[in-house]
Amino acid sequence: MANVSIRDLEIDFGNLRVLKTLNLDIAEGEFIVLLGPSGCGKSTLLNAVAGLLDVSAGQIWIGDKNVTWEEPKDRGIGMVFQSYALYPRMTVAGNMSFGLKMAKTPKEEIEKRVAKAAKILQIEPLLGRRPSELSGGQRQRVAIGRALVRDVEVFLFDEPLSNLDAKLRTELRVEIKRLHHELGSTMIYVTHDQIEALTLADRIAVMNGGVIQQLASPKEIYRRPVNRFVAGFVGSPSMNFVDGKIAIVDGQPRFALPNGKTVDLTGYAFEAPPQDGRAAVLGIRPEQVEVVDNAEGFSAIPVDLTLVEPMGADSLVWGRAGNSQFSIRIDGDDHIDTPASIDAFFSPNHASIFDAATGARL
Amino acid sequence: MSSTAITEPSGPRPKHLTVGRIGLYAFLVIAALFFLIPLYVMIVTSLKPMDEIRLGNLFALPMAPSLDAWFKAWSSACTGLNCNGIHVGMLNSIKILVPSVILSISVGAVTGYALSFWRPKGANILFGVLLLGAFIPYQVFLYPLVRMLSMVSLYNSIPGVVFVHAIFGLPLMTLLFRNFYAGIPIDLFKAARVDGGGFWAIFLQLMLPLSTPIIVVAAILQITGIWNDFLFGLIFAGRENFPMTVQLNNVVNSSFGEKEYNVNMAATILTAIVPLVVYFVSGRWFVRGIAAGAVKG
Repeated sequence: MANVSIRDLEIDFGNLRVLKTLNLDIAEGEFIVLLGPSGCGKSTLLNAVAGLLDVSAGQIWIGDKNVTWEEPKDRGIGMVFQSYALYPRMTVAGNMSFGLKMAKTPKEEIEKRVAKAAKILQIEPLLGRRPSELSGGQRQRVAIGRALVRDVEVFLFDEPLSNLDAKLRTELRVEIKRLHHELGSTMIYVTHDQIEALTLADRIAVMNGGVIQQLASPKEIYRRPVNRFVAGFVGSPSMNFVDGKIAIVDGQPRFALPNGKTVDLTGYAFEAPPQDGRAAVLGIRPEQVEVVDNAEGFSAIPVDLTLVEPMGADSLVWGRAGNSQFSIRIDGDDHIDTPASIDAFFSPNHASIFDAATGARL
Repeated sequence: MSSTAITEPSGPRPKHLTVGRIGLYAFLVIAALFFLIPLYVMIVTSLKPMDEIRLGNLFALPMAPSLDAWFKAWSSACTGLNCNGIHVGMLNSIKILVPSVILSISVGAVTGYALSFWRPKGANILFGVLLLGAFIPYQVFLYPLVRMLSMVSLYNSIPGVVFVHAIFGLPLMTLLFRNFYAGIPIDLFKAARVDGGGFWAIFLQLMLPLSTPIIVVAAILQITGIWNDFLFGLIFAGRENFPMTVQLNNVVNSSFGEKEYNVNMAATILTAIVPLVVYFVSGRWFVRGIAAGAVKG
């Protein structure tokens, strides 16, 4: 176990700056998920921690050692790849012991460690097989085992579940979480799948354009996104955004819609005192909107509903609020007729309000 | 396992034997026979005595087949001043072939492995240009190479001609292996590095066991190419070490006495037998190799 500290890290590919003065402190035993769209620099960051990429500026510390220029094998890290990256011509046992052989570990010790890791991952019957004889889920277990036998302090996962089908993905996700509980190792996990991020992470670092946009607990990221990018990226379907501006009426903050109507914002925790007339975007998640007849104390946005998507446990109702798309999640047993024009009610303390120009949370 | 219903594909069965098919096969058989005629003539002639050959019935089967011409070609035909047959040449050819093939493939594999990590923009064009090295007429290099080799006392020796073969095999071998290794997922290499593998450990323990197909292809190209070589053997090997091709030429072109067609034919077949066997045994691999090496960039 070790903490990881990334200090003012910069990485350039030619003229392209992929990571921009990035700082990240990961506590001992913490499960950090790097979440972001393709090309946001999350894999680059992971590769830099692994030592597979040259750093342009800044430092990487693992434990109390500056490993910025250390070889991958000397960093105490193990890495699991999206493509599994198993050595095709070696058996499962051979795959798992390759690293130990490279480190000239005694043979009995290798056997002991491989057996132990195989037991933890429940792959004991597979030890004599070749990777080509394994299913995707089994391959990824072996890949995890390869890191496990080396007794690493930090596990690095590079989209490990992306190549698996939905059912296996869920299964292995739980497995990884269990592993983290059992081992208590520090884990850094890269994904573009927000479900993985929300379920696994102690803290999520949402990245975009080579910058960490927000570093917080999954709940915080979901409830109080710091900017419009994070709000829009996390959550499926995406948060609803409605354009308008802030209006102060009788000393109370309200949100003025383009059609002239205003929506009460009493109860919304502003980061700074609201300014009258400031162009803003109101964000509200689909499940925090209700369609009820009587909603005393709620705020309402008029929405034109067009269609219903039943999804089993719940249904998504799609429509438009002004110029933007709007979705509402309702209980699967409830029924709404479409098309219809309704008022979508929400509680202001569940909403997020962003500056229209900068996208920052207001 | 849940039971899955097995359904026959619907629609009429495809016709296996159509008129077009029959025509196609007929054409292929005739073409194959046509191209086999020279080989037939060679074999038939090599089994005839000279008297029978003088009759001029090129296609006739031998009246009394005998292997005399083969024995003569092998052990007593005159190659220039010596009359020891071409078996001397075969030994020389093997002495040249084995180290040349091993050397050019090993060096090509290592350089190809190293270059596979270097992926600048336009890498494929760059490496395509490298292949041009294999097409520059050899004659251009001859004189400088002779000078260089004689300076390091390798001229007129087997190590000399091996060296030349290895050098000229390099562009193609390097490209062949680079393309092969560039096609191996980079994650595999990264995983091995995390596991603590160095340049050589990864090459020897990870990459080489994966390389069987490309090594076979490289071996086929090099064995046939080097065995069939005439020019380098003639110039660099030295009089004592002439390879089989050069000695065959000497047998066939010896200017005194009657032309012994049967001996010539037998000697030619003997010389051709190594590449012939290689082609027969490895036809499938050979096609794959041409596809992998030349086209895939």
